[in-house]
Amino acid sequence: MRRAYFKFSWIAAALLAPQLLIIFVFFYWPSAQALYWAFTLEQPWGGGNTWVGLDNFRKVLSDPYYWGSVRVSVIYALATTVLAMSMALTLAIFVDRQLAGYKAYRVAIIWPYAVAAPAVGLAFQFVFNPGAGIFSYINTISPGWWDLSKYPWQAVTAIVIAGAWKQVAYSFVFFLAALQSIPRSLTEAAAMDGARPLRRMIDLQLPLLTPTFFFLLVINITDSFTDSFGIVDTLTGGGPFRATDLMVYKIYADGFRGFDYSGAAAQSIILMLLVMALTFVQFRYVEKRVHYT
Amino acid sequence: MAEIAIRNVTKTYGKTTIMEGVNLDIHDGEFVVILGPSGCGKSTLLRLIAGLEEITAGEIAIGGEIVNKLEPRERGCAMVFQNYALYPHMTVAENIGYALKVAGVPKAERLARVAETAKSVGLGDFLDRKPGQLSGGQRQRVAMARAIIRSPKVFLFDEPLSNLDAKLRVQMRHEIRRIHNQIKATSVFVTHDQHEGMTLADRLVVMNKGTIEQVGTPAEIYDRPASLYVAGFIGSPAMNFLPGQYDAARRAVVLEGGAVIGMPADHQAVDGQLVQLGIRPEHVSLRAPGQGMIDARLEIVEDLGAARLWNLKIEDIPFSLITEARPHIDTGTMTGIALDLRQAHLFDGVSGKRIDARTATVAARAVPAE
Repeated sequence: MRRAYFKFSWIAAALLAPQLLIIFVFFYWPSAQALYWAFTLEQPWGGGNTWVGLDNFRKVLSDPYYWGSVRVSVIYALATTVLAMSMALTLAIFVDRQLAGYKAYRVAIIWPYAVAAPAVGLAFQFVFNPGAGIFSYINTISPGWWDLSKYPWQAVTAIVIAGAWKQVAYSFVFFLAALQSIPRSLTEAAAMDGARPLRRMIDLQLPLLTPTFFFLLVINITDSFTDSFGIVDTLTGGGPFRATDLMVYKIYADGFRGFDYSGAAAQSIILMLLVMALTFVQFRYVEKRVHYT
Repeated sequence: MAEIAIRNVTKTYGKTTIMEGVNLDIHDGEFVVILGPSGCGKSTLLRLIAGLEEITAGEIAIGGEIVNKLEPRERGCAMVFQNYALYPHMTVAENIGYALKVAGVPKAERLARVAETAKSVGLGDFLDRKPGQLSGGQRQRVAMARAIIRSPKVFLFDEPLSNLDAKLRVQMRHEIRRIHNQIKATSVFVTHDQHEGMTLADRLVVMNKGTIEQVGTPAEIYDRPASLYVAGFIGSPAMNFLPGQYDAARRAVVLEGGAVIGMPADHQAVDGQLVQLGIRPEHVSLRAPGQGMIDARLEIVEDLGAARLWNLKIEDIPFSLITEARPHIDTGTMTGIALDLRQAHLFDGVSGKRIDARTATVAARAVPAE
């Protein structure tokens, strides 16, 4: 491939500047700040930071609460991903088969992705609230049975459902696109070969979806690690008994409520490394594609 | 027995009518080629037989059983698709054996039949490859094998050769005919290529704009085209048409330019009827200027190797003829041409329908041009 060479020009620099400025202010600067805090400790009554090396990380990693947070984050990530992807796949298959009204469903299913996470959490408050939500009807039958501010498993279930509901849309779009990119003649050939719709799905559509499946798996896991803050904050506030204290929520709680900037920064760095590792895996899989012809 | 009966079949998508009132009988074991330009409804007809599209009105019967409501798998048809439609994630063996696997044939028997079928189409060494690792011709063979292995009552081919290069196309054409002669299943082959149609078919079906123009053996269709459309579509280079009026008294066609072409037989046309006189390029010969029936101006000469194709113009009407001889004539000059009128066709100038001679025996009669 031939390379294009451009002379340095002030116009080019000026055109790039806004984008670079945004990336710098909202990504590099905070990241650098987090790194700085992660390796230093602020003196109790001000007066600058002192270098403490890996002490912050040691402290975080030896904190049982932190490992509790990691545990619930992993549970949340896996549960949300499995729930969201299986829902998305089911819906995509129905829409792909063009059952009656599929055009309306398609739009309706994509919408949740446009809803901000805190709004999702708030909306699910109306569903799960033990006193006023839809689930409060359970309590009229069996008083006190449903209360997500009291029972950890109920709180986890609630954020998993809310999180999955939000993520279904994204996976749905990709699954549908992948299903529709399978040439129609393949499905027809399988129909001629005697395979019924369910058989065709198992033998043909699902194997051909494998690349999309891996891509979405990584994206969904990454998303549920980083994008869950709004839901947790509005729905459970991390409780009860730290049951929904996801990693990303704990960073906020430790840093801005507990004023432990250094501990929170160390946790941020760990989370960042985790997301980078997942992204790396994702790029490895995206490269592998099934060719149809 | 697997004869196919197509009765009054109509297909519409919403308000668009693709096909209207199509009737066709395909005999058991016959190789029928459906020929037509793109968009004439030939692929749709094939897909209706296969059951991949639903019939709007009319009925289709395979082996005496009406299949309108049957799923593709229940119709006993196998289909070879234009883009082969091989399963990309399966090996050649898995592709060929998929129908058997779905049907629940035990693995040992399945593998034996796959190996045998693959061998019969020359794919014995490629069983473990994926379709992506095969050439176009090999993929074509996999598609064939996948159809053969089911021992279907009916074979359907949807332009299976159009993605191959010219040489491979001829080779696969022979292969398909050879396989047909062996297994003798009723075959329906759709193509827009008249050479494929002429060489493969027991009977040809020429379609145009969702209707069948003519059904017959390749020779019948070539020798007695039923309409102006068929006459122009079949044959390469295409038939020449000269517009004129029928003169019943003189049994002649008076061309627009004034030339009078006497016909060797009396035709079923009324005096003054607008007609088109059709004549194939190989049935025309060159004469010295003024010595033929009509004079024409030479535009372009093309050497085809075995023959020479002369492109002329009579007034403004393009006209071509083929000769084996290679006389030298300057382009742009006038030359005489003589038509072998025993081989001429007459079509109605308005409806395009063929006009036959009144008498069955057509006597050759030399009528000098006036």
